[in-house]
Amino acid sequence: MGRLNVTLCGIELDNPVIPASGTFGYGHEFAELYDINILGTFSFKGTTRDPRFGNPTPRIAEAESGMLNAVGLQNPGVDAVIAEELPKLGKVFHKPVMANVSGFSVEEYTEVCARLDREDRVGWLEVNVSCPNVHGGGMSFGTDPELAARVTAAVKSVTKKPVIMKLSPNVTDIVSVARACEDAGADALSLINTLMAMRIDLKTRRPILANVTGGLSGPAIFPVALRMVYQVARAVKIPVVGIGGVSSAEQVIEMMLAGAVAVEVGAANLTDPWASEKIIRALPETMDRYGIGELRDIIGGAL
Amino acid sequence: MKQGLYTIAENAPVCANVFRMRLEGDVSAITRPGQFVNIRLEGRFLRRPISVYDWDDSSFTIIYKILGGGTEQMSSFAPGKELDILTGLGNGFSADGAGEAPLLLGGGVGTPPLYALAKELISRGLSVTAVLGFNTREDVFGEKEFSELGVRTIIATADGSCGVRGFVTDAMEGLEYSSFFACGPEPMLRAVFRASKTSGQLSFEERMGCGFGACMGCTCKTITGYKRICRDGPVLRKEEIAWDD
Repeated sequence: MGRLNVTLCGIELDNPVIPASGTFGYGHEFAELYDINILGTFSFKGTTRDPRFGNPTPRIAEAESGMLNAVGLQNPGVDAVIAEELPKLGKVFHKPVMANVSGFSVEEYTEVCARLDREDRVGWLEVNVSCPNVHGGGMSFGTDPELAARVTAAVKSVTKKPVIMKLSPNVTDIVSVARACEDAGADALSLINTLMAMRIDLKTRRPILANVTGGLSGPAIFPVALRMVYQVARAVKIPVVGIGGVSSAEQVIEMMLAGAVAVEVGAANLTDPWASEKIIRALPETMDRYGIGELRDIIGGAL
Repeated sequence: MKQGLYTIAENAPVCANVFRMRLEGDVSAITRPGQFVNIRLEGRFLRRPISVYDWDDSSFTIIYKILGGGTEQMSSFAPGKELDILTGLGNGFSADGAGEAPLLLGGGVGTPPLYALAKELISRGLSVTAVLGFNTREDVFGEKEFSELGVRTIIATADGSCGVRGFVTDAMEGLEYSSFFACGPEPMLRAVFRASKTSGQLSFEERMGCGFGACMGCTCKTITGYKRICRDGPVLRKEEIAWDD
């Protein structure tokens, strides 16, 4: 094993860096720019049972050190993902991919996961119970520990692949949701999804986003994400994947010290398409600077 | 698409609140008129997408209007400053099938991407007419530049203070053309869409996240499916446009 290797739910990763769902499409735009096999893996665009257009535009707004999005789970639907995206991906990416799944009912989550369970290219199912930009689905499952547990148990019953529940920060107590998912059988947790936010245009005096609210991501949310990863990692025994505003090798290490076994990189990919690759390349030197031999040895070092 | 550092060679006002900036660096990713670049600015998280006005072997030029904090920041930059820019974004216009007498329709800062297109159409020996529309006389730019290419250039202003009184669609009336190319604010594009008698290409604007097709921030519905303005556009063919009302 190399210095950067970590293990996530029994699957070895060459390094802990994972582009986050919604910032990496199904990989193709980035595969044109660099060899994406350098990645630990990546989490593909949130996939639902049926094709979705998503929300009206504007879907994007800026913030100090970050951005808001209200894309609303635009995706071609699980059938097209299996028939078209995964075979296409197989030509440029030769590692297990993380399948990000969203839904509007327990049945939909279950159905999509059951379909993806049969796909060899899928290593993990990351179940998004935390999308803030859709109504009647997504986050409503992740803000209630009981509902989050129901989704977890239902999904677990239809797949042998590791199930990672992606949690929302838009809750009073993320630890209670994390524990409920763990108790219901989740193999791992990933956190955080975006923080619900909004901006208003002073010229029009109207919200910038057509959806009014959107999810805040980018460097602005890193300290919040780190705090939540730390709190959850202290409370559960299953692995935690850290997400939120990570844009440097230093922040990957910080997340791992807070208890993350792997780290997702999101908004950084959008402002610098080579961000994930650069972070991976910067890791060895950064580890040297802080006297880190093997990256996996520092996981939870600050707990 | 390429990412690179580009050096500002000039950055000067063209008219009220409108600036022309020429940047030197690797232009190999810029292949078609109507493409755009995405500029990183200090202290701003999202890049600023701006269409390319013209380019040569070693530099490209943009014309931008101060519309917010980012473009205001840009207007203060002195020559010699380096900017981190993604270049060669978007599909751009296709000059193929323009016919003998293409018509260019630009509104405000929608006119710049039509300049490089006009150059290409003229180089193909076509008879090109451009209608450039603005709000008022102080906003007008580009008349001399388009004319010097050999383009028959008609200016329209909404208040009639320069050229034809009215919108570009008013100046379009009575013109004969084989196809049209339009870029401007959405109300103008809708009006052109309705008034036009031929096939054409329209360049759209939308708030973008990444500018290269990853985030789905700028998707629109078309007859042929969902399209990302940044990657599948910004230029759409008239025949594929589905207005969302």
